[in-house]
Amino acid sequence: MSTTGRRGGVGGWLLAGNGGLVLLFLYAPIILLVIFSFSGAKDPGVWGGFTLDWYRDLGGDRNVQKAIGVSVRVALVSTIVATVLGTMAALALERFEFRGKRIFDALLYLPIIIPDVTMAVMMLLFFTKSFDLIDAMFGTRIGKGFATVVVSHVAFNIAFVSVVVRARVAGMDSTLEQAAADLYSTRWQAFRHVTLPLIMPGVLGGSLLALTLSLDDVVVTQFVSGPGSTTLPVYVFGLIRRDVTPLINAVSVVMLVASLVLVVASLVAQRASEGRRRRELIITGEE
Amino acid sequence: MGLDDHDRDRERDVSVGEEAERHLAAAERRRGLLLALPAYAYMVVFFAVPLVIVFAYSFSTRSRTGDPTFSEVGFDAYRKLAEPLIRNVAVRSAILAGVTTVICLLLAYPFAYFVATRKPTARNLLLVAVMIPFWTNFLVRNYAWRVILSTGGPISGVTEAIGLGETDLLFSRTAVVIGLVYSFLPFMILPMYASIERIDWQLVEASRDLYCSGWRSFTKVVLPLSMPGVIAGSILVFVPSLGAYVTPAILGGNKEPLLGEYIVGQFLTARNWPVGASLSFVLMTVMLGATLVYFRSGGKNL
Repeated sequence: MSTTGRRGGVGGWLLAGNGGLVLLFLYAPIILLVIFSFSGAKDPGVWGGFTLDWYRDLGGDRNVQKAIGVSVRVALVSTIVATVLGTMAALALERFEFRGKRIFDALLYLPIIIPDVTMAVMMLLFFTKSFDLIDAMFGTRIGKGFATVVVSHVAFNIAFVSVVVRARVAGMDSTLEQAAADLYSTRWQAFRHVTLPLIMPGVLGGSLLALTLSLDDVVVTQFVSGPGSTTLPVYVFGLIRRDVTPLINAVSVVMLVASLVLVVASLVAQRASEGRRRRELIITGEE
Repeated sequence: MGLDDHDRDRERDVSVGEEAERHLAAAERRRGLLLALPAYAYMVVFFAVPLVIVFAYSFSTRSRTGDPTFSEVGFDAYRKLAEPLIRNVAVRSAILAGVTTVICLLLAYPFAYFVATRKPTARNLLLVAVMIPFWTNFLVRNYAWRVILSTGGPISGVTEAIGLGETDLLFSRTAVVIGLVYSFLPFMILPMYASIERIDWQLVEASRDLYCSGWRSFTKVVLPLSMPGVIAGSILVFVPSLGAYVTPAILGGNKEPLLGEYIVGQFLTARNWPVGASLSFVLMTVMLGATLVYFRSGGKNL
């Protein structure tokens, strides 16, 4: 880097000013929301003295608690399933040749590109039509619920997990696995003791991304959830559309804190993986 | 043993070796397929099949009861997309997505340039600062603007204080654009940063040595070299803005639906599956096309 980019003068000041404004624009809304969640006024955007009332209301709100429970369960189950399937897919795509590989590859990119709304419509039509069919055949009455939400979340999360894990597998040195094979380890041993530890940061990063996406999703979930399987974002979205109350401020701050914890976790995971990568390079003599 | 025999033996060894290798390769392929199978089967059943169903419904027609029917199959639903009502929705969405993209460009370019020209420590800190809002809950970020723009809220308070009077931005196109810019700005900053950061600054110095003004060396050297990032960022902002559903629903009110809301409405309220299906299919095709352009522009390296 030369001094060209770091010139002083008016240009430099303008750049720094714009930088400050962009950061203000990114953070002010979040900070204001947190502040207003402690405001005693009835309007959610007006300051009316400090209070913890809304958080107390939140603690006693059965609907919110139920929605939080559903959200957490959906996120955990869909993340675990998507992480296992996505990691297997990533290893298959990076390390093996097989029939139909290109179709599989394309199929795994689609959920990332596709608009939320299209995905939501797809899942709705799929469940409605297949349940109609099953009901007609077996005389049952299946409806949308927890399972349909989990199935849909897994469908988009597999793709995200496999992209993150693939990046990790592609950057990995395959000679270590070969060395394990040369030392008479079985395939399972080589996977368990060599491959898995090496790709672990990718698996962790992918699963955190899946967890975040699952906890974030409104559109797809709204289409495929049934009575009793409303997640927190869908419940809050419904509240916002009806009427805005300070209670929503407090729920939002809870969601905000949850997602911030996940960001910090993923940043830490990323750092850990960078450190590990550096150590690998030293071991293999590339650095 | 004659020389011929020896040769023949070796030939046989070679062919045995080849066959063993072929077997091994076939076993590897089987192993690969087995490893991919669970995810593959899942994606076929729960993604490809639903996609095909939507595609099929886009060719169905609406019966008198409102239910979609396959007794008449054709391009009816697609023809309806060209009618003024839907065309207006599409044009409005495209304009709002376009305005969003331009505002993001204007804010993000100087910011990305600023970040790319800092020392490594400051650079990483600024990048993390951009990433954090990007990871925080999407719904909450949009709701925050609902609070800020509300009547009697902070923005209105500021404009009143400086003598501009109360502002009522909520439930307007402006509010939707603000929400979209806020939601997708990091998508513009990150690829732009990546391409500016890669620029060889010796080229800029060379242009200065050749008596280019600062502005001229920017427009003739830096800007062209950062074009891949500009294109990638624009696509990453325009595409999700076009199909946005949550932001307009929270900040736009219900006066003028945009594409995302319109499609949702066709399924949840209007019960016109064929039109909803065809419109969501067209939207997906637009996004796929844009993604191909994105990969061509070098987006894969970001």
